[in-house]
Amino acid sequence: MSNLTDTAGRVSGSYRARIIGKKTLIYIVCIFLCALSLFPFLVMFVNATRPSADIAQRLSLVPGNMLATNWQTLEERQNFDFVRGMLNSLLVSSSATFLCLYVSLMTSYGLVVYRFKLRQAAFTFIMVVLMIPSQVSIIGFFNEMYKMGLINTFWPLILPAAASPSVVFFMRQFMLGSLPLEIVEAARIDGSGEFRTFNRIAIPMMAPAIATQAIFIFVGSWNNLFTPTMVINSQAKFTMPMLVSLLKSDRFRTDFGTVYLALSLTVLPLFIVYFMLSKFIISGVALGGVKE
Amino acid sequence: MSQATQVTARRSRLSRSRLEKTYWGYLFIAPFFLVYAIFQLYPLGNTFYLAFQKYMITGTNKVIGPNPVGFNNFAALFKASSGATPKVVQVFINTGIMWIINFIPQMLIALLLAKWFTDTRFTIRGQGAIKVMVYMPNIITAASISMLFYALFAFPQGPANSILASLGVIDKEIYLNSGIAATVAFRFLEDGWAVRLIVAFINFWMWYGNTMIVLVAGILGVNPSLFEAAQVDGASSNQIFHRITIPLLRPILLYTLVTSLIGGMQMYDIPAMMQQQGSKAKDMTQTVTMYIQELVFEGTKDYGRSAAVSVLLFLVTAVFSVILFYIMRDKEASRQRKMMRAARKEAKL
Repeated sequence: MSNLTDTAGRVSGSYRARIIGKKTLIYIVCIFLCALSLFPFLVMFVNATRPSADIAQRLSLVPGNMLATNWQTLEERQNFDFVRGMLNSLLVSSSATFLCLYVSLMTSYGLVVYRFKLRQAAFTFIMVVLMIPSQVSIIGFFNEMYKMGLINTFWPLILPAAASPSVVFFMRQFMLGSLPLEIVEAARIDGSGEFRTFNRIAIPMMAPAIATQAIFIFVGSWNNLFTPTMVINSQAKFTMPMLVSLLKSDRFRTDFGTVYLALSLTVLPLFIVYFMLSKFIISGVALGGVKE
Repeated sequence: MSQATQVTARRSRLSRSRLEKTYWGYLFIAPFFLVYAIFQLYPLGNTFYLAFQKYMITGTNKVIGPNPVGFNNFAALFKASSGATPKVVQVFINTGIMWIINFIPQMLIALLLAKWFTDTRFTIRGQGAIKVMVYMPNIITAASISMLFYALFAFPQGPANSILASLGVIDKEIYLNSGIAATVAFRFLEDGWAVRLIVAFINFWMWYGNTMIVLVAGILGVNPSLFEAAQVDGASSNQIFHRITIPLLRPILLYTLVTSLIGGMQMYDIPAMMQQQGSKAKDMTQTVTMYIQELVFEGTKDYGRSAAVSVLLFLVTAVFSVILFYIMRDKEASRQRKMMRAARKEAKL
């Protein structure tokens, strides 16, 4: 009898030891990965405060006291207009996000609430083009924008956002689950017009989906480099990612501190937004993956 | 009246009233299709059209064409100079290599983390914080991240070289003497394979968190009673993972694979930012989209040939999309079949 307990006790003991060992390993790996995510940014922020000569000598995670000097050097570089780039990006990204959300909501509402002859065909079309990346048609796009006189304006960066098949797809899936048609019906009986029902009833009910998608559309537009480099050519209209590419120019060859400071400026707004909304964003990523 | 008939009655009432408003459906979907036609469909058609035209602007701003030339643009692209790989093939190879070196570790790490985070024998504390940290690079501008790595791998004096010096891989004494540091420091950005690895690493580093979160959500979405049943039957956690989790995750895994592949084929920001002026590494790290851009921005602006490369990229992407479309359609169809079966069962009761 005592023999059995003994065996059982030893087995569970070694099992527990194995679990603890495994958990320790997992924590070590996770801490390493977290550090890996942070390290490059840490180097960047720290180097933004160090003198260029010092940066060239060694890697250090101790902040220096040259932030003001680096800032001044950056100010003197006429072609790195950070505030301008920021405003340009804000204008482009917020307009694109608003347009994309509103039109996608309209489209999904049309597909979910009304039954019309081409409904299935329209949805199938959206599914088919879902995966066509805009990059493949960039030459035709460029040619068209050139003919329309829209080169070096923000329109080519904003207007196409209104047709995002993936956002429509997501909104439709969400709407199927969260907008009971009885409510639309009830509004109709109460004499609400179709557009009014859409604006006042459907849109508020879609708030969670809108919020999640808004972040991803905004960030996607903000981070886009390919389309702006094709259609924007005057520096006054450069968006943030385009400004970053200026940092490679010879002017900044030895001003390491200034380069890191400029980079920090481009990254900092996203950092702040991300850490404020992180929980929300993570659940949005999970939702998107499962829904699709 | 049984529940099923009630549901049918309600449905037919709804569809009748929807039919009355049928034109509203067209109104609601019209803006999307209008914008899509103008900004995506027409450009796509135009790209296909230009691919079969001789259309260029010479260095002296002389416009030639567009004149139809059949498959000449494609033929010119594939004509290799003196037995070398044609550039168009090389850029596809480069893109593919950089994608695959990023994707394999990305999937492995994501799967491993997902397995750990969903293991029923123990709970990992701070999962939320870990997810926030590893997902973070994904949200930051790829151009900024690439420029950051560009600075980190600078020659002769960048942090990567400093670390190698302090580790003793390169001679510290010589390295710290700025006059002759260049004789020992590594020229990372001028080595094709080094740049490929850096680009792949950045891609991996930006995306494995995203993949992991999607996989964790997928695993949590599996009916927990399946895991419990397996556990009661004495399956080990490895067995559960290989025999239950992975097969059930197959649609999500395939989805991740195909979307990553399609996204990877368009790779632009990171490799474009990693190019050092005049570096030999370019031949090994130029991607398809970079080549498309180069053809219309550098030297003679050859729209026809650039469009031809775009068409090739479209075809490759289309093949992957079709695969994905079938995967997703099958999923939808099987769900519908299941619902039909349930409805039939209910009707019998």
